[in-house]
Parts: sequence; C-alpha cells; structure tokens
Amino acid sequence: MTRLTVRKTYKLWIGGAFVRSESGRYDETDGFNFPRASRKDVRDAVAAARKAAGPWSARTAYNRGQILYRAAEALESRASVMGVPREEVDAAVDVLLHYAGWTDKLHAVLGGVNPVAAPFLSFSLPEPTGVVGIIAPDAPLLLGLVAELAPVLAAGNVAVAILSETAPLPGLDLAEALGVSDVPGGVVNLLSGRRDELAKALGAHRDLNAIVDAAGDPGLSAELDRLAAETIKRVRHGSAAMTYEDATDDALERLEAVTELKTAWHPVGA
Amino acid sequence: MSIRTSVVWDYAPAPESADHVRLRDRYGLFIDGDFRDPVAGTYEPTINPATEEPIAEVAYAGPDDVSAAVEAAYAAQPKWGALPGLERGKYLYRIARLIQERARELAVVETIDGGKPLRESRDVDIPLAASHFFHYAGWADKLRYGVNAREVAPLGVVGQIVPWNFPLLMAAWKLAPALACGNVAILKPAETTPLTALLLAEICQEAELPPGVVSILTGNGDTGSALVRSNKIKKIAFTGSTAVGREIQAALAGTDVRLTLELGGKSANIVFEDAALDQAVEGIVNGIFFNQGHVCCAGSRLLIQESVRDEVIAKLWQRMRRLRVGDPLDKNTDVGAINSAEQLSRIEALVVAGEEEGATRQSIECELPERGYWFAPTLFTDVSPAHRIAVEEIFGPVVSVLTFRTQAEAIEKANNSRYGLAAGIWTDKGAKAFEVASALQAGVVWQNTYNHFDPTAAFGGYKESGFGREGGPAGLRPYLEVVR
Repeated sequence: MTRLTVRKTYKLWIGGAFVRSESGRYDETDGFNFPRASRKDVRDAVAAARKAAGPWSARTAYNRGQILYRAAEALESRASVMGVPREEVDAAVDVLLHYAGWTDKLHAVLGGVNPVAAPFLSFSLPEPTGVVGIIAPDAPLLLGLVAELAPVLAAGNVAVAILSETAPLPGLDLAEALGVSDVPGGVVNLLSGRRDELAKALGAHRDLNAIVDAAGDPGLSAELDRLAAETIKRVRHGSAAMTYEDATDDALERLEAVTELKTAWHPVGA
Repeated sequence: MSIRTSVVWDYAPAPESADHVRLRDRYGLFIDGDFRDPVAGTYEPTINPATEEPIAEVAYAGPDDVSAAVEAAYAAQPKWGALPGLERGKYLYRIARLIQERARELAVVETIDGGKPLRESRDVDIPLAASHFFHYAGWADKLRYGVNAREVAPLGVVGQIVPWNFPLLMAAWKLAPALACGNVAILKPAETTPLTALLLAEICQEAELPPGVVSILTGNGDTGSALVRSNKIKKIAFTGSTAVGREIQAALAGTDVRLTLELGGKSANIVFEDAALDQAVEGIVNGIFFNQGHVCCAGSRLLIQESVRDEVIAKLWQRMRRLRVGDPLDKNTDVGAINSAEQLSRIEALVVAGEEEGATRQSIECELPERGYWFAPTLFTDVSPAHRIAVEEIFGPVVSVLTFRTQAEAIEKANNSRYGLAAGIWTDKGAKAFEVASALQAGVVWQNTYNHFDPTAAFGGYKESGFGREGGPAGLRPYLEVVR
C-alpha cells in the first residue's frame, strides 16, 4: 500500500500567528495552496506590528542581536526545506548573521556626543523609524527578502513584508523558520497575495513609517512614492540583492534608511 | 507721607540704530555670480511687518530665471566639486567671517524684514548662521570622516527652499553643508523675508565665491515649485509647512531626486511636579514666545502634571504679563511683529477655533502699535487633546495647556501627534528625564531647557515633521552620494 502524503497548508504570518486570509481567498502554486491576503489582512498586520514595535525597540541591542543570531540558526537548520538553492540559503543565513552583529554597533557608528558651544551634554542617537513596509522582490526569493528584512530588524524596527506574488512559498517557509526562533510575535509579518493590491494598501496605511521597496517595478515605485507623501513616509527603493555582498556592502545605507536620529540636550551645572 | 503701593516698570525706548544698513532700492536675482533682472521683469516690494512700509523691491523669479540659474549652477559644479576640500572650506570660512563682520547690519535687516525682535536676530540668528558656515567649512576636507569612512561624491546641483521664520539662519543651515560637500546650490528664500539672503549674495561676491556656486532666486511659491521640477536638480532640501512638504514629496514621486524635509511640529513641553517651577516657566516662555512662536519646534503643547497645574499657570501668567510686545528694533522687546498679514489671519482663525471649541483664552493686555501685524501672547487652558489648538500647528505666540497625572500618560499624550519634531522635559530627576527622553518620538529633546541649537548637533523630525537631519556629521549625509 502506498502512503498518502500529508500536504502542507501555507498560511500568512501575522502577529506571531499563522493564519488564513480573513477574506478566505487563496491561490495555488506548485501544487500548494497559499492565502491571497486582503487589504484587511494588511491592516491587521500593521496593527500587530505597531503593537510589537515598542517592546522590540525597548529590548537591549544585545538581546536583539541574539534573537537575530537565533533566527540565523533556525534558518540554517531548515536549509534543505526552504525550496531555494542551498547557496542562496547560505547567503541568507550569513546576511542575518551580519545584521545580528549590527544591533549594538549602530549607535557608535551613527551617534555621538555633540560638542555644543554651551554648557550642555548634547548627544545624538539612532532610533528605529518604527513600522516598516517591505515589498520583496521576485528573485532571489529567500535572499531577496532576508536582505531587506534583516537591516530593518537590526535597526530596531518591525516589518510587514509583501512576498513575491509569483512564488511566495520560500517567504512563507521563512515565516515558519522565524516562528520557531525567538523573534517575538508581530515583529515580522509576512503576507502573500497580489502585490499591487497589497503594496498599495500598505503604502497608503497612515500608521506605517517607512517603505523599503525591492520589487524593481518602476510603476509601483512611483505609486508608493505618491502614497508615502501623504504621511511623509521615508522610502528606500533598491534592486534585489543577488549575493551576500549585494546585501551587506551597503549595510549602513540600508540601516540609515530606517533610522531616525534623536538629539538630546541635558544641562551641565546650574 | 506717600506710600508706594506698586512699582511700574517703564522702559525708555532703546531702538537699535539702522544707520549702518546699506540696502538698495531694488534687488535682482543672483545668478551666475551677478544680480540680474528677472526675464518677466516682475518686482514686488518686501514689507516691514512692524510698519507695513515697503523696504525694497525684490525680483520674482519665473520659470526662465529658474532654468538660467540651473544652467549656470550646472556649469559651475564640476570645477567646484573638484576643488580640494581645503580650498572649498576656505571660501566657507570667508563667508563665515563676512557674516560676523556684517553681523549688526544683518541683524537689523532680519528684524525689519521679518519682524523678529532685534535681541533675537542679534544674539541667535546671525551668530548661529556664522557658526554653521564655520562648522561646515571645517568638514569640507574631512568628508570621509563624517560619513564613517565611506567613499563619497557630491550630488551636483541642489535646490533649497527656506522659510521666513529664520531667514538667514535657515539659508546657512542649507548652504553650508551643501557647498562643503562639493555641491552647488540654488536657494529660494521665503516670499516675505528675502533681504538677508540677498545680502548673503553680496557676501558671496565679496568672498569671491566662483559664479554659479550659489544662486539666490527670490519669488513666491511658483518659484519654488519651478525649482522643485527643474531638470538637472539632484536634490531638494525644504524647510516649511507639512502641507507644502507633502506636495514636494508627491511631485518628486517616481524620480531619483533626493529629498530632505524639515516640516511642522506641535511639540510637547512637559512639566513634571518635581521640576524647578520658576525655571520651567522661563523655559515655557522661551519655548513658545521665542520669535513670536514662529518656530517649527515651538513648545506649543504645554503638558503640566495636575498636581502643579494651578501653580505653573499662575506663574506663567504673571510672567507673560511682563512680556514686552512691540517695536522689533527696540532692544527691550520680547515679542515682535507677526511676519505677515497672512500669518496673522491664520493665527487669528485658529484662536477663534480654540474659543469656539470651548477652551479658555487669556491674552495679555498690552498696547499694540496701530500699524503692522501683531498678536498678543495668548494662553489657552481647558484644552482637550482633540481641539484644533492642541493638534494643529498655530505658528504664533499661542500656547495650549493640557494636563497629565502619570509619566506614562505624559508620554502617551506627547506622542499623540502626527508630528515629531521636538519636546521639552522639566524635572529635577535625571533618571526620569533620560527615561522620558528615550520614549518620546521627537527628533530633538530638551531637558530643563528649550530652543537651543548648535551646528554640531543634528536637528530634524520624526513622523510628519519630515526626514533627514541638519547639523553635525549627519547633516553631510543628505548632500553626498556613496561611491562604490
């Protein structure tokens, strides 16, 4: 008797929970069903991200670094089931590792004490921008997503990512890897579905602080720019990272794009 | 025997002399190192808001003038960008020195053109403008160190649009880092305050700055709009209202023109019960009445802990009643003229809205000059967080008081704004000040002080107060491209 395989149901990852689209819609690829998220799912994801943003940024940099390192461990251990070439998984793991090490270096690199011409201790420190929307590229499926996600998280932000429309499964597999790591619920939210529909809903969301767009679609880029202007969102457009080097050579630009600088003044004496 | 029951503090007039001011009757556009007439021939008077008298005629740049300036700038950039940093820096040092030498003249012109008290233009605007040029002059040959050892290159021609509240200072904030980084700049001063930028153009000539490195295009919003949409512009830096910032960001959608925005604010000034209250009151006054409240980071939402609410308001009101409102050229004046009739009507409309929504208004009684644009310092109590005067930027001498019970509530209320430019914290507990400062979503947080600025310290907003930073090494980054 031949054994009947147990098929996998792919789900969205919102607020730390694996869920179907609230719309009940789904699509099919490679013999697997996956959810076609709705605009309501986008709103739920942003709300979950906002809830997670404060606690995530309040963790120590050391702790966030450990959590990202743990994510790298989780991804490495699932390398064979990610559905992309092994070399791509290796690069994605290394990218996570690279950015895990950034969490407690960013302050020294971007911040500092300002030698103001008055009796004050004045210093400027990087802080996370907040909730960041990511539009993931269509290739490479895993590395392209991780290259955008890792710097966003390392800088202390939380993310809502729209996965590749044509091949979302590696992204949804990443959700499962992260789901068994120490990444707190809501810090990463991953949605599959129609890119145009979801990206516009995300870009128009008033409680989103920044957009990282690696989809490489000029029309969508311009539309995201227009939507961003409504609430003065920060926007970074970039091309998909094809290699570890692509994802890390410009690490500081990636981190700066989702970082605010806060200057504090404290009186000395008096 | 007579008994003195009260003392009337009368001040003799102490007007600053304007004898040393050398203004022309008419200023053209500063393009390619020279003043020239605008193509369409349009000149408009610039008005002294304290007297409503015209001071000089100023050209309005149209699209053809903008194109001419962009072409001249584009032609000048390669040589300027290729100069050794040390040499570029020397020009900026010259400009800094010339600002210092003409400081008194610039202060008087800033005051008559914009309405701000001479004490402020003399002690704040002009010295800070000079120090910004000094600071960035020294960066010109050290750029690599300012951007974490990255290989960098200038962007090219940058367009810069500045507001009317700190005209020369904002021009310095914009020009100094742009030029230090090897860019050439086209500056568009505000419609109501063009004069000190035009004096700065003269200073550029006196410093023998190569033609085309700095252009000054006076005009109105149409001029700025044409500049934003010019070909060959690589970057726009804008300081002004969130509404215009949003328009600019949308206009640049789909282009690779870089953008930094320094926009509006509704900054919270938080007074805890353990603060030194007299000191806090001075800080509240400085926070909201400095420059008539025409300050993007003004402490316009005053959050007072309930236990000290009555005491703080009583002290504040006593202090407010002693503010001297009037002739901006008088050295004793605390609060000068409102910058324009248009701004005055905006302030008045929001104050009316405050009254209509049920807040309690107190404006100080003071003799206001018959001519000119004036608004008496005003305090609103019984303000609810949903009132327009608690939400919208008034950009005038009007403070809205809200209260809180706990530190958590203070933080929540302070952050409950679409803006995030600045905040103030008044407490004598250091640990609390640091904790609150780190929880506030604001680009600048002042503890037990307010409205301090320095060229070494980054300034800029969170959320809808804009993006990008000015000041310090962070201020270099928007004017440089990383090369790989």
